[in-house]
Amino acid sequence: MQTISTNGPVIEFRDVLYMLPNGQMLLQSLNLQVQRGETLVLLGRSGSGKTTTLKLINRLLNPSGGEVRVNGAPTAESDVIRLRRSIGYVIQDVGLFPHFTVERNIGLVPRIEGWSSDRIHSRVEELLQMVGLDREIASRYPHQLSGGQRQRVGVARALAADPSILLMDEPFGALDALTRDQLQREFLSLQQRLNKTVVFVTHDLREALRLGSRIALMEAGRLVTVLPPQDFLRSTDSLAAAYVQAFGEGLNSVATRGSE
Amino acid sequence: MNVFHFFLQHHEEILELTMEHLWLVGISTLLAVLIGIPLGIVSAHWPVWNKPVLGTANIIQTIPSLALFGFLLPVPWIGARADRLAILALTLYALLPVIRNTYTGIRGVDPSVVEAGRGMGLTGRQLLFQVELPLAVSVILSGIRVAVVVSVGLATIAAAIGAGGLGEFIFRGLAMVNNQLILAGAVPAAVLALSADFGLGWLERRLQPR
Repeated sequence: MQTISTNGPVIEFRDVLYMLPNGQMLLQSLNLQVQRGETLVLLGRSGSGKTTTLKLINRLLNPSGGEVRVNGAPTAESDVIRLRRSIGYVIQDVGLFPHFTVERNIGLVPRIEGWSSDRIHSRVEELLQMVGLDREIASRYPHQLSGGQRQRVGVARALAADPSILLMDEPFGALDALTRDQLQREFLSLQQRLNKTVVFVTHDLREALRLGSRIALMEAGRLVTVLPPQDFLRSTDSLAAAYVQAFGEGLNSVATRGSE
Repeated sequence: MNVFHFFLQHHEEILELTMEHLWLVGISTLLAVLIGIPLGIVSAHWPVWNKPVLGTANIIQTIPSLALFGFLLPVPWIGARADRLAILALTLYALLPVIRNTYTGIRGVDPSVVEAGRGMGLTGRQLLFQVELPLAVSVILSGIRVAVVVSVGLATIAAAIGAGGLGEFIFRGLAMVNNQLILAGAVPAAVLALSADFGLGWLERRLQPR
């Protein structure tokens, strides 16, 4: 769908800042590179700027300063509709179109891109299978699906036109622990096969460690550090250490509760 | 029995005035829909327009109908014919429910659905016609329904300026202190209002998005 330069980062932030019209700074001098085929996790509290960072990539937001580049080209100069159609987008609330069947939801971008209906149909079947859904589900409406099924459809829809980049904003955040675990596992095996460049937002360290090839830790609109999961656990950075400690305490408190 | 007899005797005139009434209501509703839906869309998408548009429609609504007919009388072309004048006045009254419900319907679409659509690369037009309007359609229809029911009642007053319709009977009956004449206007008007309410209500429920 796009001209792909094989070397260099797929997504690049150069001194990006984002300010609200009232002057509040949401993102300050962000410099970050996302490499081809990696899963970069943006980890941070709510209000840390991770969702803002994500939305700057597909231009749901535009930077107040600096430059965002996708495949080497500044997004400010690219056609915003083309840019968004070349990037898959998955959000926590899924945002399936309630008046469309599953098939129409998944096939929407291919349809407006002018694919033939045969091609859309077989693509939908392929995608349903890919995300572990029965093909019978294609004719159902979103309100007839469970939360887990809905998010699978959301992922299938984002993958429909085979984008090379996938943006995921806490996609599994609203699911129960077991469904989340299952979807995380499937995400990993899917990612192994598809090798997309993924930017994944979460506030859950466990999810970040499990899914990320690198973890970008954010706090109050700043990028604190970017580390692979193994290094993150050993990091001397105070905020990273605080995350790891809080994570460990959750487990410890249960283990020690019985013995006291 | 007497009333029944009267209805039977005057059924041709009743039918004729009912058709006139329907025409006044139909044309004015159509105009209100054609003007009101775009205005509702504009005020939903550009908040700057929200206050002036809804505010103006609100103010129009507060003008007593007889006074509005009077105000419009000197307007060139419009004032030249009573039915034009009546249609314009009815259109103005019907605007508020149409604009307000279009606005409410579009603003009521789940924000995550709109965000997903934008993120997927739908153009503003595609988002409007494939997502926002289909999801708002039942709310918009309920606004049209209110507009029609109110118009059927208001259109009886149009007879005061000679625009015809079922109000003819009512005004004649009032002048002649003849209850049968008043009923000959009021009963068909009530039936019109109720059937419009029922029919559009049915359509509204059918188009309700799941």
